[in-house]
Amino acid sequence: MRSGMAVANFAAAIFFSNLLSQNLSLMPKKIIYKHKLATRWMHWINFPVLAIMIWSGLLIYWANDVYEVKIFGYTLVKFFPDWFYKFFHIPFRLSEGMAFHFVFMWLFFVNGLLYVAYTIFSGEWRYLVPQKGSLKESWQVLLHDLHLRKTEPPKTKYNAAQRIAYTSIIIMGFGSIITGLAIYKPVQFQWMTTICGGYEAARVEHFILTVGYVLFFLIHVIQVILAGWNNFRAMVAGFEVIKEKDTPSSTDI
Amino acid sequence: MQEFIVDDKTAKKYTRRSWIAFIVFFLMIGAAFAGWKWLVNQPLDGGIRGGIQQPLRNVLSANEKIFSGVFSKSKLVKEYPKSAAAKNVRVNGDVGLDEDFFDASSWKLQIVRSKGDTLFLTLDDIKKLPKIDVIYNFKCIEGWSQVTWWSGVRFVDVMQHYGLTNEAQMKYVGMITPDEEYYVGIDMPSALHPQTILCYEMNGKPLPMNQGYPLRLIIPVKYGVKHIKRVGTISFENEKPKDYWAERGYDYYTGH
Repeated sequence: MRSGMAVANFAAAIFFSNLLSQNLSLMPKKIIYKHKLATRWMHWINFPVLAIMIWSGLLIYWANDVYEVKIFGYTLVKFFPDWFYKFFHIPFRLSEGMAFHFVFMWLFFVNGLLYVAYTIFSGEWRYLVPQKGSLKESWQVLLHDLHLRKTEPPKTKYNAAQRIAYTSIIIMGFGSIITGLAIYKPVQFQWMTTICGGYEAARVEHFILTVGYVLFFLIHVIQVILAGWNNFRAMVAGFEVIKEKDTPSSTDI
Repeated sequence: MQEFIVDDKTAKKYTRRSWIAFIVFFLMIGAAFAGWKWLVNQPLDGGIRGGIQQPLRNVLSANEKIFSGVFSKSKLVKEYPKSAAAKNVRVNGDVGLDEDFFDASSWKLQIVRSKGDTLFLTLDDIKKLPKIDVIYNFKCIEGWSQVTWWSGVRFVDVMQHYGLTNEAQMKYVGMITPDEEYYVGIDMPSALHPQTILCYEMNGKPLPMNQGYPLRLIIPVKYGVKHIKRVGTISFENEKPKDYWAERGYDYYTGH
């Protein structure tokens, strides 16, 4: 009796699945779990916190804005031109900048520390740390992204270029904390100031790292837009939903 | 990475889960904006223009506790040879230095003791104590720094010489210019640091007027804002003495 029911169910299931598969929109789908809940939270917390750190850093930098890129005595880039300061309402806000910087530094630090700890203990680091050959492969990824190469190098969750980028950004985070402390407490953490090459050098390094974040952000956003909806969904919901017929998106971030 | 094929019914479940995730996502963005608005609209501490929001001030005070806990008097600020010192010393700030209201001949350093009586010291009295040189990288809160050479007497030597032992037990030192226009508050450990000096010479010559003649504070473990020029009165308190730049939204501690 029971087995008879099972057979009937089985037949019905085949019948219905055949029926459904005729309809494209009702095809079976593939679910790919990509980003863990903790990763997503820390990623999205970092976004506004880093933005506030960069903004308040600009308020501080303005008070002694001496950096520029010069080639043969010609000023190529001045950090920063007046229109830039005007546009972001930067001038005469040093005290405000310092206050925000030395409050939100804690969130930046704690969130970063939790991320690194989580990545190590969850084993996620295996997807993130560059491997042997990552450098060569990242070149191929670049050519592929620029449509100069047809095939994409093999990847797991992240491709070689992403492994290098996402590991670098963590090292940069460490760099910001070390150079930041070297400027903030150059006497009590004198050894940090020393390894940075001195107080003035630490300030330059802290600034360059920030420029690095901005460049990272710009490339990151472009890549996310190019990678498309499913990839973005994965950073919010955690998974991608792919129709079986589809090939997985090739420029996943 | 976990991957699996689902049938249509289960796929719908994932569509629903996507929706929920995005609703939570947008709620969080809203919460972040609301939190930011709340923070920047908090009343400013002290209620004066240029002050900072009370929650920010609270965190800065917590930072002070954390980092003054790390503070060690045995950690010295790096010193340089005299040859490294700048000849043209940068001048920043002239609050409290109005010469119309200053009579150099009648100037005396006033030290208010905890009992309430005042000690009057002439520059010659101060010069009797051992003179030391401090050549270090002077750091301005604006972000620039300059190696400069200063000479004077250790603040801790003044305290010991005049028997200010009870005063040294108190939490803060307050210093104020003769015209009372500029004033700083300094935590006692930083004031008693061996490189903190009451300074009367710059580059081996008497202090220029714009550097606070006849006597200024050099306190290498702090930013320039605490290096009060032309000290008039020194007092000792357990509550934070008033501080010119802290009133204008800067961190009170500003210690290195």
